[in-house]
Amino acid sequence: MTHLPFILGSYGLALVLGVGFAVDAWLRVGRARRRLAAIDPRQQRERRREPG
Amino acid sequence: MDTSLDNSRTLAPGGRSLHRFANPGRFLRLSGAVLPYLAVAAVVLTLGGLAWGLFVAPADYQQGDAVRIIYVHVPAAWLASAGYLSLAVCAVLSLVWRHPLADLAAVEIGPVGAAFTALCLATGSLWGKPMWGAWWVWDARLTSVLVLFFLYLGHIALVRAFDDPVRGYRAGAILALVGVVNLPVIKFSVDWWNTLHQPSTLTVTGAPSMHVDMLWPLLTCILGFSLGFAAIVVARVRAAVMERRIRGLLLAQAQGADGRAEGGAA
Repeated sequence: MTHLPFILGSYGLALVLGVGFAVDAWLRVGRARRRLAAIDPRQQRERRREPG
Repeated sequence: MDTSLDNSRTLAPGGRSLHRFANPGRFLRLSGAVLPYLAVAAVVLTLGGLAWGLFVAPADYQQGDAVRIIYVHVPAAWLASAGYLSLAVCAVLSLVWRHPLADLAAVEIGPVGAAFTALCLATGSLWGKPMWGAWWVWDARLTSVLVLFFLYLGHIALVRAFDDPVRGYRAGAILALVGVVNLPVIKFSVDWWNTLHQPSTLTVTGAPSMHVDMLWPLLTCILGFSLGFAAIVVARVRAAVMERRIRGLLLAQAQGADGRAEGGAA
């Protein structure tokens, strides 16, 4: 395959960018959901209503 | 408390139907249901398209295997422009209808769009060096995309530059609308000026000027990248909606504690 370093560089950049943004968004959503569950009175009431 | 929905009586025509989707709880429910499918489709199509382009699609008779860079470069270029257009749509929704989710979406689209614009410029350089013999030329297409990158950076900085976030949203929306003038310049730069960059391969009305064996993996990558962009933005907006609710609750708790302290002191 010709120009392999240039091709791998392009594909690598795309994967790093995509995976980086996806992981960042996933962690951010998880962090926000946990914090919200801890302080949101509506969610606390719903948890108390759940059986068990 | 978030009072951004209180101005519904002064909405422009069409604003009421748009505001049905401004309810944060409804947005979180809808996006939570759609996001897993969006993410899976994006991963399958992107990885499938990239593998198709890398291992199955033929090499170009002039460019050799360097043509495989288009399977990253073209989707990134498409998303650089489409991302800015979506930023401008959010700006209209924000300025005309005061749609509260449009402001959050604009803030979250900015960094993702800037990153895809940077990817477009970087992969263009990686293609340009072996083909043109230069990492960069001050060609009209390249320069106008660089201007787009700076517009994204300006928007990212501007929406975060004010203590009052609403003022930042308004300033960012105006910049987004002003910057839209750059999109037709990018699109038609290869027709208006004598550029080193090749003319458009894919057009809405004409037949594509590339072989079908290269066209299908390219279209797969474009669709996969687009769904990935949408999934990332939806996830970021979900996080932003929850973070805004957290800030509101913490503020309400702090104000309640202050009120109790003052009552106790009196």
